Amino acid sequence: MILRLALGSLMARALTVGMTILAIALSVALFLGVEKVRTGAKASFADTISGTDLIVGARSGSVQLLLYSVFRIGNATNNLTWESYLDIANRPEVDWIVPISLGDSHRQFRVMGTSDAFFERYKYRAGQSLAVQDGLIMDDIFDAVIGADVAATLGYSVGDPIVVAHGLASFVEHDNQPFRVSGILEKTGTPVDRTVIVSLEAIEAIHVDWRSGAKIPGQTTPAEVIRQMTLEPQAVTAALVGVKSRLQVFGLQRAINEYPSEPLLAILPGVALQELWQIVGIAETALIAVSGMVVVTALIGMMATIFSSLNERRREMAIFRAMGARPRVILSLLVLEATVMAAIGAVLGLGLLYLGLVVAQPILDSAFGLWLPIDPPSLRELWVLLGVVAAGAIVSMVPALRAYRMSLADGMMVRI
Amino acid sequence: MNAAPAILTLSDVKYRWPGRASFALDITEFCVAPQERVLLLGESGSGKSTLLSLICGTITAQSGRVCVAGTDITSLSAGTRDSFRAEQIGLIFQQFNLLPYASVLDNILLPLRFAPQRRARVAAPSETARALCANLGLPDDALTAQAGTLSVGQQQRVAAARALIGAPPLIIADEPTSALDAATQSTFLKLLFEQASTFNSTLLMVSHDARLAEHFDRVVQMSDVVQTGRAAA
Repeated sequence: MILRLALGSLMARALTVGMTILAIALSVALFLGVEKVRTGAKASFADTISGTDLIVGARSGSVQLLLYSVFRIGNATNNLTWESYLDIANRPEVDWIVPISLGDSHRQFRVMGTSDAFFERYKYRAGQSLAVQDGLIMDDIFDAVIGADVAATLGYSVGDPIVVAHGLASFVEHDNQPFRVSGILEKTGTPVDRTVIVSLEAIEAIHVDWRSGAKIPGQTTPAEVIRQMTLEPQAVTAALVGVKSRLQVFGLQRAINEYPSEPLLAILPGVALQELWQIVGIAETALIAVSGMVVVTALIGMMATIFSSLNERRREMAIFRAMGARPRVILSLLVLEATVMAAIGAVLGLGLLYLGLVVAQPILDSAFGLWLPIDPPSLRELWVLLGVVAAGAIVSMVPALRAYRMSLADGMMVRI
Repeated sequence: MNAAPAILTLSDVKYRWPGRASFALDITEFCVAPQERVLLLGESGSGKSTLLSLICGTITAQSGRVCVAGTDITSLSAGTRDSFRAEQIGLIFQQFNLLPYASVLDNILLPLRFAPQRRARVAAPSETARALCANLGLPDDALTAQAGTLSVGQQQRVAAARALIGAPPLIIADEPTSALDAATQSTFLKLLFEQASTFNSTLLMVSHDARLAEHFDRVVQMSDVVQTGRAAA
C-alpha cells in the first residue's frame, strides 16, 4: 500500500517527476553509451588483426607502424626495401609473409598493394578469414578487390572500371591504367572494408611512367606493354609476418630490429595495441568521468526536485503523521519515491541506449567503421544501473532527512 | 458525568512552544467520558490546535498528564506515541484531509496500515470501508475514485469514514464542518454522530461555531479549561 501511495504521489506530479526521470534516463543512456562506444571501439580495434605475429616496417614508433599498416591511419615515414623484405621472408623462422604497399587512393579510399597471401593470411575477429561476397580475388594485374564499404559507398559492382589516384587526396590520376573490380569482399568491420586491394605488381605498373612522385612528361606506356614487363617492387610499406613457432617471435623481432643494412622495426600487434590503449587511456578515463558527472548531475537534479516539492507536500506529510505514521515512515516514503524514480530512469535509460544503438549502429559503422554489437546488458552494465538506483536512494536521503525534521516539527498542524 | 473512567483526561498540563517563549498553554483539568459528544468552543488563536496536538501526542507537554484510554501518553516514547495515536484516535481535519492522489479506499484504509490492533478489529477492510461509505451517504463508485476528484463535502465524509474505521475509542474532529454550507453541515454531523455511536466512539469536536452546540451532549468553552497567555506576564 505504501508503494502504491508512493506511486500515486509520483503520478500526481507526473510532469516534474517525468522530467526528472527523463534527465536520469538520458544520463544513464549517455553513460552506458559511452561505455558501449569505448568497449566497442576497443574490441573493434583488437578484432582488426588476429593471427599475425609481427608487423614489420621502417623504423618509427610501434604505435605509428600499427596505425598505418593495419588501420590505415597516418602515413609511413619510410619504406621497407624489397631486398630487406626478401631477406626477412627467407629467414627460417618465417612461416609466411604478406607485403603491404600503401600510398595511392581511389576517391576517399586507400589503395593497398599486396600479394594473394593477404587473403589467406589476414585474419580478423578471432581468426575469421576474408571472404568474397561477389566476384573473384584478382588474377589479372589490373584487377582490384574492393571492401564492402567501398562498394556500398561508390555503388560499384563486379566488372566496373576504377581509376587509382596517385597519393592521397590527389587530383593526379593514373587514368591511363584503369583497373577493373574483380571482387567485392564481405563486410568485416575492419579497415579492409574501406580499402581497394590490388596486387603489388599493379602498384608498380601504375607507377611505370612515374619517377620520384611525378609523371614523366609525354611518356605513356600502354597496358599491353606493362603486362609484358617484369614488375618487381623497389620497396613495400610494411609486412605482416607469421612465424612457425610462437617461441620464435621474440628472436625474430630482435633480429629484425637489429637488421644491419636498414633501420627496421618489428612489433607484436597485441603489445602495440596495449601501448595505444595506454595513450588513449587518459582520454577514456576523462570520457567516463564526464559521463559519470552527467549521471551525478541528473541525480542532484532529482534531489533538487524533491527539495522543492517538500513545501507543497507538508500537508500530505501531516496527514500521514495524523494517521499515526512515524517520521521515519515519511523519510522512507521519500526515499522510496526517489528509488522508484531512479529505477524507472535507469530502465528507461537502458531502453534509450538500445534504441540509440539500433538507430546509430549502421551510421557508426558506415561513418567510422565502428561496429557496436547489440547484446543483452552485461553484468557490468547491470551493476551500473544498480549503482544509479542506489545513488538515487542515497542522494534522496538529504531532502528526506529534512522532511523528517519538518514532519517532527509540524506534527499534524499544517495549515496551507 | 459518567461513572466509567474517562476516555480522555488532561491534568495540570503546561505547554510552551519551543522558540516562542511568549506563548504558553495551561490546562488544570479537562475530562471527556466514554461515548460522550463534546464540543470545544473557542476563537482562533485560543490554543485549540495546540490542545489537539497535545492530545494526539505530536507535541508533548513540559509538565502534567495527558491520558488517552487510560494511558498517560506523556510517558510514552515518540514512536510509541505515534502508533498509540494510530490505534486510539480517529482524526478529521477542517479540510484537505485526504491524500488527493490516492483512491478513496486507500485513504480510508491508511490508518490501519499504522495500527495493527485496529486493523485486527476489521475483518474485511474493503467491505467495511464500502459499508462506511454507504452509511455516510457516499455513492458506491466513490470508493475507487481519486480522493482529489470528490467535492469538499464528500471528502469530509471520506475523512469521517477514515476516522471511524476500526472503531478507535476517540474521534477528534477539528472544525470538520467549517468548509461546508449549512445544509451539508447538519447532514454531515448527523451521519457522523450515527456512526460514532454505532462504533461506540467518543467524539471531541473543536469549533468556533456556537450554532453547532445543540447537537452535542456537552459544550465546553476553551476559555474555561485553558489559560493561554504571555508567559512573561
